[in-house]
Amino acid sequence: MAENNPFPGENNTGHFWDDNLRELKNPPPRWWMIAFWASVAWWVLYAILYPMWPALPGQSDGENDFTRGILGWTSIKEYKQGVEQVEAVRAQYDEQIAEMTPAEIIEDPGLLQYTLASSKVLFGDYCAGCHGSGGQGNPGYPVLADDDWLYGGSLGKITETISNGRKGAMTAHADILTEAEIDQLANFVVDLAEDGEGSEAGWALYNEKGCQACHGAEANGVLAELPNGDIVTVGAANLTDSIWRFRPGGYESAKHTIKYGVNQSGVEQTRDAVMPAFSQQGQLEGKLSPQQIKMLTVYVHQLGGGQ
Amino acid sequence: MSENLSGGAQPAGMDEIYAEAEQWHVNTGNETIHAKRISGRWRTIKWLAASVWLIFFLGPYLRWDGRQAVLFDIPNRQYHLFGVTVLPQDFWMLSLLLLFFAILLAVATALAGRVYCGYFCFQTVWTDVFTLIEEKLEGNPAQRRKLASAPLTAEKIRVKAIKHLSWMVIGFVTGFSFVAWFYGAGKLWQDFFVGNANAAVYAAVALFTVGTYVLAGWLREQVCFWLCPYARIQGVMLDRTTVVPTYDEGRGEPRGRMQKGETEATRTTGDCVDCNQCVAVCPTGVDIRNGQQEGCITCGLCIDACNAVMDKLGRPRGLIRYASLDEIEGQSVPPMIARPRVWVYGAILVLALSGIIYGLSSLAAIELKVLHERAPLFVQLSDGSIQNKYTLKVLNKTNEDLMVSVSVEADVPVTVTGAEEPIAAKHGEVNPGIVFVKIDRDHLDAESVPLTFVASATQPDGTEVQATRESAFFGPRP
Ligand code: SF4
Ligand code: SF4
Repeated sequence: MAENNPFPGENNTGHFWDDNLRELKNPPPRWWMIAFWASVAWWVLYAILYPMWPALPGQSDGENDFTRGILGWTSIKEYKQGVEQVEAVRAQYDEQIAEMTPAEIIEDPGLLQYTLASSKVLFGDYCAGCHGSGGQGNPGYPVLADDDWLYGGSLGKITETISNGRKGAMTAHADILTEAEIDQLANFVVDLAEDGEGSEAGWALYNEKGCQACHGAEANGVLAELPNGDIVTVGAANLTDSIWRFRPGGYESAKHTIKYGVNQSGVEQTRDAVMPAFSQQGQLEGKLSPQQIKMLTVYVHQLGGGQ
Repeated sequence: MSENLSGGAQPAGMDEIYAEAEQWHVNTGNETIHAKRISGRWRTIKWLAASVWLIFFLGPYLRWDGRQAVLFDIPNRQYHLFGVTVLPQDFWMLSLLLLFFAILLAVATALAGRVYCGYFCFQTVWTDVFTLIEEKLEGNPAQRRKLASAPLTAEKIRVKAIKHLSWMVIGFVTGFSFVAWFYGAGKLWQDFFVGNANAAVYAAVALFTVGTYVLAGWLREQVCFWLCPYARIQGVMLDRTTVVPTYDEGRGEPRGRMQKGETEATRTTGDCVDCNQCVAVCPTGVDIRNGQQEGCITCGLCIDACNAVMDKLGRPRGLIRYASLDEIEGQSVPPMIARPRVWVYGAILVLALSGIIYGLSSLAAIELKVLHERAPLFVQLSDGSIQNKYTLKVLNKTNEDLMVSVSVEADVPVTVTGAEEPIAAKHGEVNPGIVFVKIDRDHLDAESVPLTFVASATQPDGTEVQATRESAFFGPRP
């Protein structure tokens, strides 16, 4: 064919039909071909360097279900290295925190920021279920973002609460007091909450029935104050402030608490008020470490600005 | 059909079409273009324009206030421009800057075609330098072609090796200088050669070295023909009034070589003597006498070449000259100022530029962000008052650490806790702080009360800086 090419020098393939219908060669530019072969070379190189092919059926053992590549790179490995890096950074802070008291942490702005940021996760895992994601509380579970602390809001008291848990107790008075007395006491605590002053008759009944034994002589939940500022309390609510331990609060709610008490076994309608001890148990990975409790203490303390 | 055409007979008119096809030449780089170097006015201007690139090489060594004058510090997210430090938060200015340069390119193209390509584009400039080296080592275009087809001798290897090595060195210096803008020149010199710089630095330098070598050494005008998007869109930017290198057909045609014994008075040809000098000097291998075309980068070298020929012949210069199509065809050319394009482009340029100037001159020294705590939105305290919690973020854009005090302004009396001590704001960083605001129940007559947070600080030189932020205080329904 090519010997008697009727169109010499035309760059055709030598294939003719019907005399002049012919196939031309139209090669792409050389740079294009270079780029093309360079891409092919790249993929070959890639297959050698990086994981690329799935393992043949029957050859995969779960771990090695793909060709490894001589660089040994995998995305999970890279991810783990990243995690290691982050942990190395965190370790510096964690080491410092381990040596310090919660009060010292609060004094150090950098460590405080670190503690607040990293305890947010802990708080979410262990505390938020009851106390709400921002410490806003839930019906039956105290608000942590306010300034009212049943067991004291000092750093020491908070550590104690998280570590050992708390369980309040209040006798059910339905059988002990008359309906009229319950009614009078309920009105008395509503008065206290609203203006901080109760009627003289109310105070008399309060003292006569022994309420002050737990709620204190001033009905503020404080039995005594220690020289270091900590208070002695059994966890009985402060009746003189406008925060109600059991929501919604007010007359009916107070009556219910007086009648059925708190954590009274055998009393069906009693109030529940139990916090587990976190130094012994934690739902996710066993109990909280002292370091975690320390950081949570700082976090909880700062939720409402500290006390 | 087949009977008619058998034996290669062709219908009338085909000859012309084939003749046209002869002319149709697409430069796909199969043949290296060895352009002749000559001196001239545009050549000089080309070097002057190219020398602006020295800033690229020398700029990183400029110092200002004890640090590199222009440093794009990516790891620390700080961009120093002489006295000003720009942080990522101010990056809206970058979009204006990009807009400015994009429009500048459009204006330049509309008015004078691809002047950017011809005089300033790094592809042109680097290729120019690379071919200069080639010429110094291998000789003029004829010698270069001869050497290319000559058998491989020790001498040829030596010359070629020196050439490729010097290309590589230029590529390396290019990459090194580029990285110096981001890494700091002094630090780069210290770290680079002892292996202390990070992988990104080495990768960038390697990429630039290879890229420069391949693009300016091997691909050259092929980049302009086939890779560069700007070269492709220029077609829509040119119009009949755009000034580009143009061959004055009316004057030049019919072209013809000088005949023996012919004088200026007796010649029957036009001004073009068909000496092909304009093609010989063209770095992209274009014959400008075929008219404006995709390969022409508006470098003006053919103008220099033709003017030199015209001078020799005693004919007036400007057979090839910068002219618009309208001008060549003898139509009236409106002055630049009367073209709407100039006004529209100009207005955008002025807008973008004033935006940048406004941005740079009003860079706030500190910025304040206030995030209101949402869970709980508010909290009732034991004395019955309502408390809200706010997370503050103070961005210190100055070069010094500042003590930033925060206060809260509102129409009702507020008590602020957490802001007694000023926030120690590290420079170039976002510094967090937590503030509690308390309002007495009696003063809350709406579910929300507007608050204004004010952050203020005194710089070491005594100037006061301030930032304010609106926020709101939320409480229960009154
Ligand atoms: S035709 Fe002339 S102006 Fe255009 S690229 Fe070639 S030498 Fe430069
Ligand atoms: S350099 Fe001038 S005279 Fe020579 S061929 Fe080109 S246009 Fe014609």
